[in-house]
Amino acid sequence: MYSASDLKKGLKIEIDGDPCVITDFQFSKPGKGQSIYRCKIRNLSTGNSFDKSYRSVEKVKKASLESRDFTFSYEAGDDYVFSDNKTYEEIHLNEEQLGDNKYFIVEDMEVEILFHNEKALDVTLPNFVEKEITDTEPGARGDTTTNCNKPAKIDNGYEIAVPIFINEGDVVRIDTRTGQYADRVSKG
Amino acid sequence: MIKNLRERDVLMQSIRAFFHSEGFIEVETPVRLKTPCMELHIDAEPSGDHFLRTSPELCHKKLLACGAEKIFEVAKCFRQGEKGHLHNPEYTMLEWYRTGGDYMTALEDTQALVASLFADSLRSRTSATDCRAGAETPPISGEWKVFTVVEVFEKYAGWNPVEEFDADRFDLDLIEKIEPALPKDCPVVLKDYPAELCALARLKPGNPKVAERWELYLGGIEIANAYSELTDPVEQRARFEKWGEQRRALGKPVYDLDEEFFQCLEKMDPACGVALGLDRLLMILTGEKSLDAVLPFRD
Repeated sequence: MYSASDLKKGLKIEIDGDPCVITDFQFSKPGKGQSIYRCKIRNLSTGNSFDKSYRSVEKVKKASLESRDFTFSYEAGDDYVFSDNKTYEEIHLNEEQLGDNKYFIVEDMEVEILFHNEKALDVTLPNFVEKEITDTEPGARGDTTTNCNKPAKIDNGYEIAVPIFINEGDVVRIDTRTGQYADRVSKG
Repeated sequence: MIKNLRERDVLMQSIRAFFHSEGFIEVETPVRLKTPCMELHIDAEPSGDHFLRTSPELCHKKLLACGAEKIFEVAKCFRQGEKGHLHNPEYTMLEWYRTGGDYMTALEDTQALVASLFADSLRSRTSATDCRAGAETPPISGEWKVFTVVEVFEKYAGWNPVEEFDADRFDLDLIEKIEPALPKDCPVVLKDYPAELCALARLKPGNPKVAERWELYLGGIEIANAYSELTDPVEQRARFEKWGEQRRALGKPVYDLDEEFFQCLEKMDPACGVALGLDRLLMILTGEKSLDAVLPFRD
């Protein structure tokens, strides 16, 4: 069990038997009152989001989740096929289950798949992936500031904001947790 | 960041100028205390064999008992476990007391103070050369609205917490129903809290079901808390003991009682006092949405 004060963004909990994730979190405390932990919660089974407040004395159930290591094998139609690193058992996930991860996944990538009662809920990629920029406007010459961004695309059409100095053919590192540019790996 | 450092500097000068012009003197009281104030939901940070103060309140009342009449302090305070966009475990409290008035006297002081701070802040903006275009006008300039706690609870939550008190329901409804419904374009005061939430306030003469306490909201954010101070040492001791028992039941540390404080209460004249969250006020004056913008060293 978690105490209400353990709650934070990203924590996975169980409510009425369903696995849920806290997507937004706010600490509140009226004047002389008790701490109130206000959460936005997404049900990982149904995808529904809702608000819920916990008082500091309340306990919250940990989600009984199991995460296992898989390797991405290949795409089969609309499905993405992964094989279990230990048992070599194959599992099929669809595009929706992958979410934005579908833009970053490449063959032979090792991923973590989260299960709740043998049902796959979520795929976690390595924190960073490297991708080549396939399309972007050339940056102004000599401009190496990083606080100014422009749009760019990677091979599968995913659009990302990159610093002005990035050119087509450059390989960049993308943070898969945020989907945002992290840094440049090599020049094209 | 630099802009808000400058705003804080203006605010500090302005606070001191206001209180000095009103005949208050600035005091300094200990940050480390043997006996922090016992309140049900406020937890003190241990510091060796002492605790860091959660407020300078008890020390200020001791000064009043010694004959001080109008005092203020800009006091760093510490509260365990309070961290959020409107909370920081270390924060700055502006606290002031005066003898001879009640909580409505304290409200007049507060109105004058806020008006003065706002005017000084505006003046510094028009003279400053940095870019402040697009900043929203803080919700400080409108006419003050004063509601009783019963009024707003009956209107927005559909029940009367003075007639039938329920602590859990009160806190949840205050956060979820009342605060979001309060006017945001002017200062709002909620007054006359249920006696169960009296803290260190006296109960209303003739109506012991309510405590003479108010809270100020600016832009829907709680900014200050005020009392007609309780000066009855017997009642104050009974309250601290009750909260001590409740804390024990919740598994929270129970603090020793400050015997000297009770002796001082006996000698203290009727008084009123206000505690105002300075970081939050700065946040509102500068149009920021989180303490992150006004506290440069946040974890």
